[in-house]
Amino acid sequence: MSDRLRNTLLFGVVALLILIVGLIQGANTALLIVNMGLISAVMAIGVNLQWGFAGLFNIGVMGFVALGGLAAVLIAMPPTTEAWAEGGLGVLTALVLGAATVVAAVLVRKLMPKGLPRALAMLAVLVAGFFIYRAVFDPATSAVEAVNPAGTGYLGGLGLPVIIGWPVGGLLAAGAAWLVGKTALGLRSDYLAIATLGIAEIIIAVLKNEDWLSRGVKNVVGLPRPVPYEVDLQANADFVTMAGDAGLDPMVASALVVKVAYAGLFAAVLAVVLILAQLALNSPWGRMMRAIRDNEVAAEAMGKDVTRRHLQIFVLGSAVCGMAGAMMTTLDGQLTPGTYQPLRFTFLIWVMVIVGGSGNNLGAVLGGFLIWFLWVEVEPIGHALMSVITAGMADGSALKTNLLDSAAHMRMLTMGVVLLLVLRFFPRGLIPEK
Amino acid sequence: MDVLNALVAFSNFVLVPGIAYGSQLALGALGVTLVYGILRFSNFAHGDTMAFGTMVVVLVTWAFQGAGISIDPLPTALLAIPFGILVTIAMLLGTDRVVYRFYRAQKVKPVILVIVSMGVMFIMNGIVRLIIGPGDQRFSDGERFIMSARTFKEMTGLDEGLAIKTTQGITVITAIIVVLLLFWFLGRTRTGKSMRAYSDNEDLALLSGINPERVVMVTWIIVAALATIAGTLYGLDKSFKPFVYFQLLLPIFASAIVGGLGSPLGAIAGGYLIAFAEVTITYPLKKVLGYLLPETLAPDGLVQLLSTDYKFAVSFVILLIVLLFKPTGLFDGRAH
Repeated sequence: MSDRLRNTLLFGVVALLILIVGLIQGANTALLIVNMGLISAVMAIGVNLQWGFAGLFNIGVMGFVALGGLAAVLIAMPPTTEAWAEGGLGVLTALVLGAATVVAAVLVRKLMPKGLPRALAMLAVLVAGFFIYRAVFDPATSAVEAVNPAGTGYLGGLGLPVIIGWPVGGLLAAGAAWLVGKTALGLRSDYLAIATLGIAEIIIAVLKNEDWLSRGVKNVVGLPRPVPYEVDLQANADFVTMAGDAGLDPMVASALVVKVAYAGLFAAVLAVVLILAQLALNSPWGRMMRAIRDNEVAAEAMGKDVTRRHLQIFVLGSAVCGMAGAMMTTLDGQLTPGTYQPLRFTFLIWVMVIVGGSGNNLGAVLGGFLIWFLWVEVEPIGHALMSVITAGMADGSALKTNLLDSAAHMRMLTMGVVLLLVLRFFPRGLIPEK
Repeated sequence: MDVLNALVAFSNFVLVPGIAYGSQLALGALGVTLVYGILRFSNFAHGDTMAFGTMVVVLVTWAFQGAGISIDPLPTALLAIPFGILVTIAMLLGTDRVVYRFYRAQKVKPVILVIVSMGVMFIMNGIVRLIIGPGDQRFSDGERFIMSARTFKEMTGLDEGLAIKTTQGITVITAIIVVLLLFWFLGRTRTGKSMRAYSDNEDLALLSGINPERVVMVTWIIVAALATIAGTLYGLDKSFKPFVYFQLLLPIFASAIVGGLGSPLGAIAGGYLIAFAEVTITYPLKKVLGYLLPETLAPDGLVQLLSTDYKFAVSFVILLIVLLFKPTGLFDGRAH
């Protein structure tokens, strides 16, 4: 069986699975899976860039995804003018002061000779800077958060179209990745893993706590959409007639049209990212990356700047994840920092890449769809299975209730089993690297 | 008097909780560091192993409580720990037999084993959720305080109270016993010495006739015991919630790495270092400083350097600083 046929078959199977869901649970559910599948595929390509191309062990995906989500909010939400008037200037000044402190500390490190005086001077700069920063920052943020805390209580965004937030999400994630990469990329793989894990937790902690920025756990809801609203469609006479001609209820039709529109946007992004990633993989740059991955010492001896290349691809991969994060927040229409969990947003993406085939972009896409499908569908399938198993048992028996309840927790178990089975029997993934 | 009050306030809110939390981290980090030293990979499933062991302890504790068995004033959970350890040993040996042994035989790169441990992490997480659910479970009973704040105030006549919870006392005593046992085992017994030899130089150890499978088996047994004890102590002190145990992974790894991966002594030092840093930086120091500084200088704010939600940032920053300046950790662990 040729590779092409095999790949087509694999994608065909996933498409068929989603189609079956469409027939059983309705087109709406199937489209939801497709939309998140598209986003997951973009995230998986991002991780594949880092792990598959360059062998970088980044388990801080969640942080970059969340930063992308923040970008969507900062671009699309309307600005809270009153909050800006109350404390906007103070917050900006404080942030500039904070940045200046870090710059000053770095300058001290560069300019003074190594030794105890330098360490003490750096410490003094950092401590003094921290207290000055807090002195400006705290009153400003309290002022911002005091403005209508139930409705806004944050600075808001720029009020631009949300689509602009997607590349901006990529940029934001790239900036964070540059900072992380600068400090942590020289470390061994295990250490890099823990460092990225920590960064992700910190980013989430910032989103949860800095209410002036992201409303924290109060969540930002009602993000403007790049596609029409269902109610507007239903109010549109032309749309209602068109839906009627197709034999659909306008309510159902509007929900489907909105989801298809999202799917179109996401598919366009995925196509661009995939084509670029494929071009990169087959370019001299891609060959160099794989050479570095396979033997760092040899590549370095050939004159390749390993650290710089690692930083480059780390930033690129994180940017792709950030963009996908912005897309996801757009689809959800809300930013809920409390829901970001590493199992869902970091390790699940890793399962997608490993199962799909690390080092292969098509594999990452396949993994994204397949694993997302399983993540969503394991629960109903498990529930159906349990219903069959428990059919003969008396209603209300403890065992029956327990078995039925347990279906809800089957997800994690399934993901672990799938990952281990693939690692054991297809160690290079379903679509291996060529 | 003010100095004494400041000291007591500091002990009450920073020192005592810090020692207890540090002991829990140290026990967790010991497990991570042993797996790294012998099996040579970072075990991401360790947090969920702790959750698994604790879950068994919680279930057995409930059974004991139901049957009316108790060791009042101590928590019943102490009685249940051996059962938890046994089940966790079975679980880890089973996992090793079914999962890890295959990759060990193939001599795969350590990073593959890390990914494999991700799979194990998902499965253990799933099993724990399946059996006990994702919610918060309380299972501590018995006497709550060794010394309550009020008793302390009455005894000493100070304004500040010093409360020591039973769980904190038990944590520290258990941790000391466990660590002494472990070091005795590693330093004095034949098996322990063979483990250290295997960790230092695998080839040489194999040449001198050490059975690697036996070393690995003993390691998993010790790791199961450490994880169950650490998890139970943490659960008694706070409460048992599977997700929190997963999150403990970061401070635990930070402790192990800061101390030097592979070095048991380092894991303990790292545990206390991380714990004290977290507690000190996220605790509002207003009360302590208020006693120490003259009235005019007394701080207005809470003097809380960072809010408690940023405790991850503390472990992380310490981790980065140590890695940048002393990549092998404070106690020269072995970097493969």
